[in-house]
Amino acid sequence: MGFVDLLQQLANGVSLGSLYALVAIGYTMVYGIIRLINFAHGDVMMVGCYLAYFGVLMFHMPWQISWIVAIGLTSLLGVSIYVGAYRPLRRAPRISALITAIGVSFLLESLGLVIFGGRPKAFPRPPILDIGLNLKGVYIMSFTIWIPVIAGVLLLCLVFLVYKTKVGMAMRAVATDMETTSLMGVNIDRVIAITFAVGSALAAAGGIMWAIRFPQINPYMGIMPGLKAFIAAVFGGIGNIFGAMLGGFLLGMIEILVVAFMPHIAGYRDAIAFAILIAVLLFKPTGLLGEPLREKV
Amino acid sequence: MLVVENLHVFYGGIHALKGITFNVPQGKIVTLIGANGAGKTTTLKAICGLVDAKGSIRLDDVELVGKPTHEIVRMGVSMVPEGRRVFPNLTVMENLLMGAYHRDNRDEVEEDLRWIFELFPRLKERAWQKAGTLSGGEQQMLALGRALMSRPKLLMMDEPSLGLAPLLVREVFEVIKHINEEGRTILLIEQNARAALKIAHYGYVLETGKITMEGTGSDLLNDDRVRKVYLGES
Ligand SMILES: Nc1ncnc2c1ncn2[C@@H]1O[C@H](COP(=O)(O)OP(=O)(O)O)[C@@H](O)[C@H]1O
Ligand SMILES: [Mg+2]
Repeated sequence: MGFVDLLQQLANGVSLGSLYALVAIGYTMVYGIIRLINFAHGDVMMVGCYLAYFGVLMFHMPWQISWIVAIGLTSLLGVSIYVGAYRPLRRAPRISALITAIGVSFLLESLGLVIFGGRPKAFPRPPILDIGLNLKGVYIMSFTIWIPVIAGVLLLCLVFLVYKTKVGMAMRAVATDMETTSLMGVNIDRVIAITFAVGSALAAAGGIMWAIRFPQINPYMGIMPGLKAFIAAVFGGIGNIFGAMLGGFLLGMIEILVVAFMPHIAGYRDAIAFAILIAVLLFKPTGLLGEPLREKV
Repeated sequence: MLVVENLHVFYGGIHALKGITFNVPQGKIVTLIGANGAGKTTTLKAICGLVDAKGSIRLDDVELVGKPTHEIVRMGVSMVPEGRRVFPNLTVMENLLMGAYHRDNRDEVEEDLRWIFELFPRLKERAWQKAGTLSGGEQQMLALGRALMSRPKLLMMDEPSLGLAPLLVREVFEVIKHINEEGRTILLIEQNARAALKIAHYGYVLETGKITMEGTGSDLLNDDRVRKVYLGES
């Protein structure tokens, strides 16, 4: 494999990795705050894709508007899931919320099947993202460059939100000590709802760009990217947003490079992520950037 | 200012508070003393709405029972929790700003920050440090400063001297007295009964969920039974 091929694969890895990173943020933020693995997160991403699809093809919106509307509606969906399904279980044993999350996941997939239909739909690629580029012999599609750029901007906004704003400060406080945070006059429920909104918005953005890369959408499309993003979050250290980003990029990169360098095992592509998960759980359960496990008081 | 009447708290089958009644008048330091497990922390948690309570808790004639914690705090009740509970991953400055989370007037918040830094110069030096890196005494100052940042009508403290070296204990009590002299109303909980009664205007003795004695600080300090049980004298 030549240098040019390597560059091409690296570009693909960054592009795929940034999608994992976007979706992984939602898992990690929700886990960090309420110690729940939100299994419905991948399906929330799927709904985001369909909303963007219908915005363009049924409501004839320009794609930019349609994407923004879809991202906004998906964040509302995330908040509704919290309010409807998880909030009533805040004081229940953790396992109840976990089982509920699996239930919400099935619900969204089944609703998707009924409402959107099971037949895969072709997601429209905006022309600007559909240009083949030849950069000194490196052949890539323009979306391969745009995806990490958009993802990077969104991730920067997220870091700003979490580290430079008041509500971000409250999110970090809730994640370490919910009871004491409420003693600061913070409405915990609101902070958690905002966390769901942010995580779901990023999932929608990630999903839409996923559909740009792999332009076939169906009601089960959220499962695999959702699982992989979850693995990326665990890989980086669940609860840590920088961990989710790092885990996402590394996972995308590893997947692409393994397939590129060892084409004979390309069929095991999806298994790579799970192998990483098992290795992390065995050797470093707290992930790359995770802090030692602390039981919440 | 604060009137507690016939307050009951149950933890599952455990009857932790069995109908206690007491009040905290405006501008005073009132202390609740009692042995470990008597129900002191539970009393403060009930006032803040952190545990479900039966009975009545009124702040300036407004009923607090049944209100969520964040509303109670916004009405002017602030607590320094047992074990300080600073946010270790937030900076000292962020911890203080968390205390002022529900306040919108930035100028007033700035003014209070200056006041806290005057009160605790150590915190100013360490403003950009993570709170988790502070010593126990500094964390106690931070927890106190954070509680004051909400400009509370009523400041409640749960064993502020616990685990501190004797010199620091004295410093903490001096600060409490100073804050009170500036006009703040304080409800203080302590196992260190002697120090608490010395600065308190009025005190109550709590035993296994019931109030068994009350009186001015000096009355209780001179009471034979209190001296024997809580001050370790024979
Ligand atoms: N979360 C809880 N669950 C069950 N019992 C509790 C809980 N918290 C306190 N208790 C019990 O309630 C009683 C009063 O406890 P507490 O208010 O912490 O006492 P104090 O602060 O005076 O040491 C004790 O018997 C304690 O065991
Ligand atoms: Mg206690």
